[in-house]
Amino acid sequence: MSDHEYTPSSKFGKWFNDRLPLLTLANHLTDYPTPKNLNYWWTFGGILTFCLITQIVTGLVLAMHYIAHADMAFSSVEHIMRDVNYGWLLRYVHANGASMFFLAVYIHIFRSLFYGSYKSPREIIWILGIIIYLLMMAAAFMGYVLPWGQMSFWGATVITNLFSAIPLVGESITTWLWGGYSVDNPTLTRFFTLHYLIPFLILGLVVLHIWALHVPGNNNPVGIDIKKPSKDTVPFHPYIVIKDAFALLMFCIVFALFVFYQPNILGHADNYIEADPLVTPAHIVPEWYLLPFYAILRSVPDKLMGVVAMLSAILILAALPWLDTSKVRSAVFRPLFRQFYWILVADVLILGYVGAMPAEGLYLLIARVATAYYFAHFLIILPVLGWKEKTTPLPLSITEPVLGGSPNLAAARSDEKIEKSIK
Amino acid sequence: MRKLKNIFFVLIFSVIVINSSNSAEKSPPFLETKWTFKGLFGKFDRSSLQRGYQVYTEVCASCHSMKYLTYRNLAEKGGPEFSEAEAKAIAASFEVTDGPDSTGEMFVRPAKLSDKFVMPYANDQEAKAANGGAYPPDMSVLVKARKGGADYIYSLLLGYSEPPEGVELDDGVYYNKYMYGNKIKMPAPLSDDLIEYTDGTKATAEQMSKDVTNFLMWSAEPHLEQRHKTGFRVIAYLIILTVLVYFTMKKIWSRVEPKV
Repeated sequence: MSDHEYTPSSKFGKWFNDRLPLLTLANHLTDYPTPKNLNYWWTFGGILTFCLITQIVTGLVLAMHYIAHADMAFSSVEHIMRDVNYGWLLRYVHANGASMFFLAVYIHIFRSLFYGSYKSPREIIWILGIIIYLLMMAAAFMGYVLPWGQMSFWGATVITNLFSAIPLVGESITTWLWGGYSVDNPTLTRFFTLHYLIPFLILGLVVLHIWALHVPGNNNPVGIDIKKPSKDTVPFHPYIVIKDAFALLMFCIVFALFVFYQPNILGHADNYIEADPLVTPAHIVPEWYLLPFYAILRSVPDKLMGVVAMLSAILILAALPWLDTSKVRSAVFRPLFRQFYWILVADVLILGYVGAMPAEGLYLLIARVATAYYFAHFLIILPVLGWKEKTTPLPLSITEPVLGGSPNLAAARSDEKIEKSIK
Repeated sequence: MRKLKNIFFVLIFSVIVINSSNSAEKSPPFLETKWTFKGLFGKFDRSSLQRGYQVYTEVCASCHSMKYLTYRNLAEKGGPEFSEAEAKAIAASFEVTDGPDSTGEMFVRPAKLSDKFVMPYANDQEAKAANGGAYPPDMSVLVKARKGGADYIYSLLLGYSEPPEGVELDDGVYYNKYMYGNKIKMPAPLSDDLIEYTDGTKATAEQMSKDVTNFLMWSAEPHLEQRHKTGFRVIAYLIILTVLVYFTMKKIWSRVEPKV
């Protein structure tokens, strides 16, 4: 938080601020000291906020035209696409917006993993983030059910059936979720209600996420603690605002390319066939952003253990601040960790790929190896790396070079170059 | 580090290659034809859409419904763009049951622009019974409901042939090399000179397949032209704004650091 007390200049401002300190908050947000060396990977927080707002606004309008009924959902979506003014735009923005949201959140998460942003004192920010991510998956899954196409219906059937793996109460829970004995109209109406609710829960958690962030302040690419405010920081406005705006615009260009020129490429053709409980599609696949977890689920031969593995794959992230025993945050100073980091990235991409393929033969084998590696990364490699790895020396501050030698940045950069050339 | 990265790229690449060779076995590559609706400024070929409607109504419509289309759509911008009088005449050539009237009776009247396309069958059961148990899918969004889209539909229409040696076909089942599993219950629907185009175009099977696929693409994406047009403007606007914001950012950051 800013160190100085803020007093509004106008009399009314002071009167109001004494009763509700909104102006103090606004002042805190504009002055918020931010490390000046943040790179573009740090712009995804703002991008994600944009994604959430976009989803809420487009979703709100779509909900005015959509009919949550098993007999009418599919045709109401076609009504939106054909007859509602700019309905096609709203729906394509909302559908592709979900994909862009996940794209951004994956970059955001992997940025955190690379620069050790989850480590002390930012564990709560990280765990709030994991909860947001879980809610995002729930919202996305339920949203995918709403058009009531073939993939909607069968995806819902597969995922809700997972709960039947729970011993003793599994069957009852599944019946309770469905509101009957199969996925049907009651399932659709409750999914619609929850799909409408979850974004607002996410919004609340995002506020907490940002609040928790503003206590210790941003991590930075060097990963060291910095004095705030100091010559290492810049005020959030205008420096970070303009940089975030630039990155957001770049992101929007990619977003627009999908919406206007390839609006269906990230979806599945089968979802343009109305749901039919009597016809099972040849391959039931979830949306691309859930594929790595789908691969983990299918790589375990036992249903219950598969579900446990899939859930653990996400929940293990919540324990990450304690599994990673290294005191050094940024991968920049962790040569070994850096290699394992990229292997993990490849591992998750491979899981995503095999998740889209039929679970048989070579694909199944690859999925199993990749799943085992995923868990090994967090449970074995990270804890061991923490005390085995020899990290490179940390600088004293962002502007000062390693071990406080010469006080200018140019010299620091040339030092880095020398270090690289020695390697 | 580099080595490890390389190993993984090789691994990913090999998986992709294995996969693509697998899927290549399943179905042959689609027939190639030029679609005017593809690309940055893609638009429909108006006369092809009108001919496509003729193919649909004279051939496909005897089995396939298009329940999300309305006769007024035929006169709307970005579609076949029949004149309103033409669209009215088309609608009037169909009969719909309306009612009840003031005496409580249902009555039959000619269709109006506001009516949905008349369905060939009263219900799904009748459709199945009339087609050997196979339900002829509704064609309103068919192009989007099939992997491969327009290319697939076009290839399928022209993909009929005698079954290769060793493939046994039941009665009422036909061989089509683009169909999933190669067996299809729809007999080859189009053959040369099956219909006579009102605009005098020669009605070859290729021509009709192309026209009707164009028509189906439009019915699946009636706002495609508007989408492309708006998209170009939005992206051009975003690019200009991005450039302006970039220079603003440079200027602002030059106060603290030359490099952003």
